[in-house]
Amino acid sequence: MSEQQTTAIVDTLKQDSTSHGGSSSDWIMHHIMDSDKLDFAPFGSIPLPQIHLFGLDLSITKHVLFLWISAALLVFLMIRVSKSYKKSLVPKGVGTLFEILIEFVRDEIAKPTIGKGYEKFLPYLLTAFFFILLSNFLGLIPYSATVTSNITVTSVLAIFSFFMIQLAGISKNGLFGYFKGLIPHGVPVFLLPIMLVVELLGLFTKPFALAIRLFANMTAGHIVIYALISLIFVLHSYLVAPVSIGMALFIYLLEILVALLQAFIFTMLSSLFIGMAYHQDH
Amino acid sequence: MFGLSIIALSALFASSEEGGSGSLLSVNYGLAFWTVLTFLLLLLILKKFAWKPILSALDEREQKIKDSLLMAEKANEEARQMIEENKKQLLLAEDEAKKIVEQSRIYADKLKTQLLEESKAQSQKLIENASQEIERKKLEAFDELKNQVADLSLSIAEKILKQNVDKNANAEMIKKYIDDIQKN
Repeated sequence: MSEQQTTAIVDTLKQDSTSHGGSSSDWIMHHIMDSDKLDFAPFGSIPLPQIHLFGLDLSITKHVLFLWISAALLVFLMIRVSKSYKKSLVPKGVGTLFEILIEFVRDEIAKPTIGKGYEKFLPYLLTAFFFILLSNFLGLIPYSATVTSNITVTSVLAIFSFFMIQLAGISKNGLFGYFKGLIPHGVPVFLLPIMLVVELLGLFTKPFALAIRLFANMTAGHIVIYALISLIFVLHSYLVAPVSIGMALFIYLLEILVALLQAFIFTMLSSLFIGMAYHQDH
Repeated sequence: MFGLSIIALSALFASSEEGGSGSLLSVNYGLAFWTVLTFLLLLLILKKFAWKPILSALDEREQKIKDSLLMAEKANEEARQMIEENKKQLLLAEDEAKKIVEQSRIYADKLKTQLLEESKAQSQKLIENASQEIERKKLEAFDELKNQVADLSLSIAEKILKQNVDKNANAEMIKKYIDDIQKN
């Protein structure tokens, strides 16, 4: 597909949305973004409770609900896995799958990037990994929502990573030692002010990049799928259907890979940053 | 494909911002609150009820496997050592047996030659004794003979003297006596 064609499609998309009261791209946004009801189109929708407290909109939105679903599912699964170890040290059934992933996080992510003392950060890394993984996969189910394609959720996760990174650095090197260690050794004195600013900025850009990366990756795939499907309606032709469905299916399969990959990358980078803060001398 | 997605994304941003109903990039503080709460609870619950037991179980199992492997290796080594020792001992025993056989052979040989020599010496001695005895007996017999001959000659002489006959008679007599002696 050439770039010209795509711009043409997007143009028609835009035109369509403006001429028909914003039906096409709004339709996509409707599926990507948070909403205050569960939409089971064409079977209707279920409204979700609205809560307003202390001037904050604490409504149980679609994304909050799916946040809870994925958290509850995770707790349920992991407790089952941990209970299975009480019976025998040999994993069985669902335990085998999760054991591979847990050992992957431990041996391929935490151990090489943090090194000595990695055990302290394993619970956070495992929780982040499995929560993102499960949320990503949950988003691939029709009628569900991808919480990780919401910038708010990914920001919160990144902020947790940020705190873990600072906590790791401060707990190991002390408050003063950590901030002193941020500036590399052997920097000329006249560069110190610049380095300080750069390094302090670096502290915040790391989690920012984490949040944006996860959000963009999880959103883009869904938007492309919806865009491909909407081509059928935009071009008013059934002939487009096989092509766009085929391509949407391809993107969907790609999304499965992306779901795994993004959970891995988020955990890997968090672990890497924690390791850098923890062992500053390297 | 990626060009498409980027363009679509930017177009959607633009259109939704125009719509004004919250963009894709707007942060919802209520959701943030719920996310923080959910994630914190999830972290605490999983840490206590899942990660700790699972990780300790994995560690325990790894330790167990390591221990069993080590033990198996040790047992293997021990068995190999034992086999080697057995072999060595077997070789030693074989050697010993050979030595014993050799020794006994030598002993038997020695005994044989000794016995042979002894019996030879004994027989030699016996023969010597016998020949000595024979010699002695011979001398004795000779002595006796001599005595008898002397006695006889005396008695012959006595008879000759007593009879005092002619020459012929004498000769005949002597012949007769000598025949007597021969008969004796």
